[in-house]
Amino acid sequence: MSIYSEQDAKVILQKVMKLSTADECTASLDGSIEGNVRYALNNVSTSGVVNNAELVVKVSYGKRAGTATTNQFDDASLKRAVERAQELARLAPENPEFMPAIEKQTYKPSSTFAAPTAAITPEYRAKVAADCIGPCRSDKLVAAGFLNDDNSFSAIANSKGNFGYQASTSVNFSCTVRTDDGQGSGWVARNLADVTQFNADGEIRIAMDKAKRSAAAKALEPGKYTVILEPAASADLLTYMLNGFDARRADEGRSFMTKKGGGNKLGEKVFDERVTVYADPWDPAAAVLPWDEEGLPREHTPIVTKGVVDYLQYSRYWAKLKNKKAIGEPGNLIMLGGDKSTMDLVKTTQKGVLVTRTWYIRMVDPQTVLLTGLTRDGTFYIEDGEIKYPIKNFRFNESPVIMLNNVEEFGKPVRVQPEESGTLMVLPPMKLREFTFTSLSDAV
Amino acid sequence: MYRRDFLKTAGAGFGALMLPIYGRAVAADVLATKIDVALKKRLATAALETATKAGATYCDVRIGRYLRQFVITREDKVENTVNTESTGAGIRVIVGGAWGFAATNDLSADGIAAAAAQAAAIAKANARYQTVPVELAPAKGVGDVYWATPIKRSAMEVPIKEKVDLLMSVNGAALKAGADYIRSVIFAVNEQKYFASTDGSFIDQDVHRIWAPMWVTAVDKATGKFRERSGLSAPMGRGYEYLDAAPSGRIALPGGAVVYSSSYDMHADAIAAAQQARQKLKARSVKPGKYDLVLDPSHLWLTIHESVGHATELDRVLGYEANYAGTSFVTLDKWRSKSYKYGSPQVTIFADKTQPGTLGAVGYDDEGVKTGRWDLIKDGILVNYQAIRDQAHIIGLKESQGCCYADSWSSVQFQRMANVSLAPGSAPLKTADMLGGVENGIYIVGDGSFSIDQQRYNAQFGGQLFYEIKNGKVGDMIEDVAYQMRTPEFWNACVGVCDAGDYRFGGSFFDGKGQPGQISAVSHGSSTARFNGINVINTARSLG
Repeated sequence: MSIYSEQDAKVILQKVMKLSTADECTASLDGSIEGNVRYALNNVSTSGVVNNAELVVKVSYGKRAGTATTNQFDDASLKRAVERAQELARLAPENPEFMPAIEKQTYKPSSTFAAPTAAITPEYRAKVAADCIGPCRSDKLVAAGFLNDDNSFSAIANSKGNFGYQASTSVNFSCTVRTDDGQGSGWVARNLADVTQFNADGEIRIAMDKAKRSAAAKALEPGKYTVILEPAASADLLTYMLNGFDARRADEGRSFMTKKGGGNKLGEKVFDERVTVYADPWDPAAAVLPWDEEGLPREHTPIVTKGVVDYLQYSRYWAKLKNKKAIGEPGNLIMLGGDKSTMDLVKTTQKGVLVTRTWYIRMVDPQTVLLTGLTRDGTFYIEDGEIKYPIKNFRFNESPVIMLNNVEEFGKPVRVQPEESGTLMVLPPMKLREFTFTSLSDAV
Repeated sequence: MYRRDFLKTAGAGFGALMLPIYGRAVAADVLATKIDVALKKRLATAALETATKAGATYCDVRIGRYLRQFVITREDKVENTVNTESTGAGIRVIVGGAWGFAATNDLSADGIAAAAAQAAAIAKANARYQTVPVELAPAKGVGDVYWATPIKRSAMEVPIKEKVDLLMSVNGAALKAGADYIRSVIFAVNEQKYFASTDGSFIDQDVHRIWAPMWVTAVDKATGKFRERSGLSAPMGRGYEYLDAAPSGRIALPGGAVVYSSSYDMHADAIAAAQQARQKLKARSVKPGKYDLVLDPSHLWLTIHESVGHATELDRVLGYEANYAGTSFVTLDKWRSKSYKYGSPQVTIFADKTQPGTLGAVGYDDEGVKTGRWDLIKDGILVNYQAIRDQAHIIGLKESQGCCYADSWSSVQFQRMANVSLAPGSAPLKTADMLGGVENGIYIVGDGSFSIDQQRYNAQFGGQLFYEIKNGKVGDMIEDVAYQMRTPEFWNACVGVCDAGDYRFGGSFFDGKGQPGQISAVSHGSSTARFNGINVINTARSLG
């Protein structure tokens, strides 16, 4: 069994609390049923379901702490896990940065669960694959895609009476469609909590259209261009930049948020005034758990307002040291934009490049958050408000900090899941000037 | 792909799984024990029978126990130690010509049978839409066999205190030598894997790996500038003896940098890292342009990994990874031509899952195939790929090359990279002699930033240490260096590879691929090599 009801989870966690004889005890219980189907070359390649659940028990005596885990939940296993954690805690040295268990909290539930997603069957997954493969096969295109659905719960408790339980679901879909001669490639991706809002028939058409339109790409000279980044294309760029929002790193002098001569840039204008970013666990488009990994309640948290940095992440230890209030670490990121679609942004662009997706982004210099990466699966040249022709993919060397100072216009934000980070985002398509492409790629 | 996830996690303290130090660390009482092999065989046999009754024409069962230990420190503090243990079974079946997979942490007879039935039901659902049935290359059953990584001292059995004492000493030495910050980690892995299949194989393996990375930072508060120098060790398929700091493992390079081969002196490397991080703060910024590059094995492994290792994975070539990791420029027509010049005649690159001490070394892969060695590029010409059982027939092979791997019992096994290595030059050639012939070049040591496109053409690599080479002499340290390359041009620009005396391994503990994403660990060997006329860019920017 991997999914427990609130009552069952509470019973297990209360048993753990009773078993503990330490000064403090904190425990979490997480379980999931995760299903997926993967297809390529217009056939299903792999498909599976994974059931798993895990209990983590952390106890402390003063500043000495111990943790143990188990994935068996009978009374004897629970007792063994608690005793093992206690044994470790007794033998541990004092940790000068130890923080006691959090006080009892009140969590305002967020809408992270949709029953239809939890009820997805192997037949449904196979049908999604078929709905993508069928039209592609008919149109002499080749589909390779992935659907992953997750039905999970998270429960937390501690010896100070804190308790939280919430169920979550998610559906993650992506599909790459290539022309059968390998000269064109298009991509689409969607992330949702509720599978009833998902329509494979409609989504696959976007990737098919981009695949056909991207064939026979022309080469443009590398250089600085006005770009329109679709929301998925900027998500991972922002992920890297967010790592620099750690207060301790900034205070230690090793972040772009470090101020020359010492201190950090909290309260300073670092971005264009049109940049406003916040986190909100209850956001209807991107709800996340109302607590973070430490059990601190998440809040509506302004991160950047009109270009000014409102927030750096203070761990509980660093907050205490710096006399700041520690708040729950954001689980999502929402950026304000306008009402325009990506194509509306194209219409107002004299010359530019439209980017569907970015790929293999890596940090080149953390001092400036200089990142390198490439475009892929649909890169087009824009002239006089129209998409003129497909262009070869580019490698870029660009900093999201510089990028968010070169804003021309933001469009209407949509929910995206970055490919290499767990932070759910709501991002607008972005029109930016002087984006730096440094070389051409022959990859399709 | 997922290296940075680890780095981030290490930095964040592993969230809920924060474990303290000392004592008999979490799994101490279980680290020394293993699941009884007779029990594993009984459970696996029951699953094979259930799957067969449900219509499976093939079934394999992997019962796995995966242990990992991290000891994570910064400056004078142990942030945490983490022991993780994950046990369960993954069952893969073919029904009606389609794959199905199910995994469970319930290792009771009923739990395993339910998973086997679920895998069969999934395969049946997929078979309805399948137009090309799975074709599995034969793998003769090997009966009951056992294989273990040859280690001298299991890292899992070394007391936590010994590891903490080492890291505290390392950190102290770095701070004394001028570092402002240091993070250091010892990371040990033990995969206890049992594989059984309807072919009649019952394979028990005990796999060990170790990695001891560090990141040393120097800060100039006045200018706000900071620079980092990472450790120059390699992750290895070895025991704790790799950290013994034996003098025989120390190699002093022309120009002053020191690298390591069979044994790593973490303490000495930390001191060098601190000094070099400070040097980097004041090093001259590179003038962009074309340079002859001399690449140390501590750097070149990553270029081999990205531009040859991934490019010759047959699943990518065929299109199975098109949606995420991508495809490959190394298309079948290039292989069929038998004349595709991947590189210069100096370039011979081979795959090998048997080299002792490597991350990819195992006796059998995760679908029961005995491992071996084969050429991918021979004297510059593309000659082969890396394949598994359901792909072997596509390139005319009668059996798989043994490249199948899953990172957990809960993950489905699929094609993963073998150790892919550049063969040393056959003529005697030392690094100093190679450098002596370079008029205008850059000598690069250690791996840095890395990125390559989804067909493995266009790549960009940084490094840890960059030295200018002028008229055959290694000169000053320079900074802000990255080179951009197109794979075939790069390997065709290879004009020399040093001899076997310089052959060393680098590797990745966290190579990512697949959906859902999986990691794997892989080594890449080479000797120092020279590449002429490579494009170097300057990566310095200003935030105003």
